[in-house]
Amino acid sequence: MIGAVPTVAQLGWGVDRWSLVLIVGTLIVYFGIAILMHVTDTDDFYVAGRTIPASVNGMSVAADWMSAASFISMSGLVATLGFDGTIYLMGWTGGYVVLALLIAPYLRKYGKYTIPDFIGDRYYSNTARGVAAVATLFVSLTYIAGQMRGVGIVMSRFLGLPITQGILVALAIVAAIGVLGGMKAITWTQAVQYVVLIIAFLIVTVAISLNLTGNPFPQGALITSQISERLAQLQTDVQMGRYFMPFTEYSQLNVFAIALTLMIGTAGLPHVIMRFYTVPSASEARLSAGYALFFIALLYLSVPVLAIFAKFNLISTLHGESVATAQQIPWVSRWMETGLLTITDSNGDGIIQMSQGLTASASEVFVDPDIIVLSTPEVAGLAPIVIGLVAAGGMAAALSTADGLLIAMSSAVSHDIYYKIFRPEATQRERLIVARVVILIAAVVAAYLGINPPGFVGEVVAIAFGLAAASLFPPILLGIFDQRMNKEGAIAGLVVGLSFTLVLVALMRANVVLGLEEPFLELFLGVNALGVGLYGAILNFAVALTVSRFTPAPPTAIQEMVQEVRLPRGSRTVATDEPVQADGGEPPVE
Amino acid sequence: MTDGRPDGGTSDDGELSLDDPRLEEYWRRNVRLILGLFAVWFGVSLLAGILLAGPLTEIQLGNIPVAFWFAQQGSIIVFVVLIFVYAWRMNALDREFGVED
Repeated sequence: MIGAVPTVAQLGWGVDRWSLVLIVGTLIVYFGIAILMHVTDTDDFYVAGRTIPASVNGMSVAADWMSAASFISMSGLVATLGFDGTIYLMGWTGGYVVLALLIAPYLRKYGKYTIPDFIGDRYYSNTARGVAAVATLFVSLTYIAGQMRGVGIVMSRFLGLPITQGILVALAIVAAIGVLGGMKAITWTQAVQYVVLIIAFLIVTVAISLNLTGNPFPQGALITSQISERLAQLQTDVQMGRYFMPFTEYSQLNVFAIALTLMIGTAGLPHVIMRFYTVPSASEARLSAGYALFFIALLYLSVPVLAIFAKFNLISTLHGESVATAQQIPWVSRWMETGLLTITDSNGDGIIQMSQGLTASASEVFVDPDIIVLSTPEVAGLAPIVIGLVAAGGMAAALSTADGLLIAMSSAVSHDIYYKIFRPEATQRERLIVARVVILIAAVVAAYLGINPPGFVGEVVAIAFGLAAASLFPPILLGIFDQRMNKEGAIAGLVVGLSFTLVLVALMRANVVLGLEEPFLELFLGVNALGVGLYGAILNFAVALTVSRFTPAPPTAIQEMVQEVRLPRGSRTVATDEPVQADGGEPPVE
Repeated sequence: MTDGRPDGGTSDDGELSLDDPRLEEYWRRNVRLILGLFAVWFGVSLLAGILLAGPLTEIQLGNIPVAFWFAQQGSIIVFVVLIFVYAWRMNALDREFGVED
């Protein structure tokens, strides 16, 4: 495919060779870590033995969190949205403050294995546990399908593999890491993957900054150079709207609601919060959240600058260029082969006119936002090794998130549903086998979703945050901060918040979900499908608080558990696998 | 670390029982710290970057509107600082009440 034959024949190391070497090289390193980390008990498998230093967990959280969407798509999205791109920048970082101050240290003190664990124990109910486990599965599955698209793009563009084979190879590696080493191997590979992806991203940002302005510090270059003014002028020339003006894409209310939904949704995402079980203590959990956001911020602070530089570079390279010349530019022709960049000379004058937007049909150039980061090194004329490194970085981002999601799904099924609900007498050995088998099954389902993506996967990934905000976040928060919250209130709130959000999203996305011509509803109280999770969360809180006040207080033992969870003392003592239960769960093995 | 601990907090482990009123005080101070930090969190992000984005777009800083700086750079930097401040203040509070891990 994609011209592999001529480049391999070249003497110098071109983009293809570097990409192949760097991608395969990093994959071998990840796999090597998994083999070194072979684990044999559930503590290691689910929570890495609770021995991960705060800083390393911070890197793992960052890699877990920053998916192919963050690495590959977000700069393109922000470049398209301009100011309003802040919904992703602010929304996906502000959530860590919520997580660090309201959830992480207390969950670590509680010290079990999964998020449904906490909800099931705190609300003394296997119904609550089951609902939470199902919510975990739903969020994680939709998420992982999105990762596979990123892997597909990298594999097809940089290795020339058909997308199907690319996805199968990548998932086989991800699943092998999870099956062999569980959370322990995943944590350490994620830390390495973080290093790979952040180096790749920063090199690109610094290089394009240096290239365009002569200043290697991107934020500084933005202030001292004229790029921002020139981009604003270019945008006006090609009728794209004003880049630095707020609320050109979404209303103010919508931007507010979406940003807040993404923030609280972040604090309710199972695959992220469960990582805080892996640190040695409650105070390390707080610190670890700080490290995580610091590592994430390195990328998120670069994204808006890269978006500005890349968009300026792209428009100024292509706008007004003759079509024939543009098609001769190597990166243009290569991306055209993938179908993610198209040039159509609609008015037949032989000159490219861009207008209205990178993705608008009125423009003679269509650029898929997903290729902004991946194409930038080539657009800026950087060395082949940098381009290969970016490919490896994109892979690292997609694989690390996929791994975190696989372990989240595996623990929800093997620990919460299989062991805690259906077979409390299962031995540790048996549970480990189930956990490993579930990882394989989840990987197969993810491969299927990646190869046959449902039409609405892109939507659902963003909407997953709304669902997490409206379902899991309120019962976790109330479970810690409202001692009086009981089973009845929490379950009622969870069910109402989740179904309200699901119904509204379905109504607003009826065109994609149900295949109708038009959605039933455009906005609800001024907010679109991305932000409606905020209303769902408010409803969840309101219902939970009301119902709980008219139903019996939780048992004394549960109220004492809440008080104990609030105190960091004793969190270094590893909690045992077996809960204190009267239903005859067998004592810990070993 | 035994310094700065008020009397009564320093003997054998587990001497602060769950019904000790000092634990209520510990929790109240934790909640107060959280509320203060969230006020800053709200101020730099949703307030300065979204609710006040109109007026703050009129003011330019380095050729770019102030609202844009808050929305896409400043808020994120402050978020990082807030978490480290919380971790640092809470460690001190834990020690003061003898409930550190």
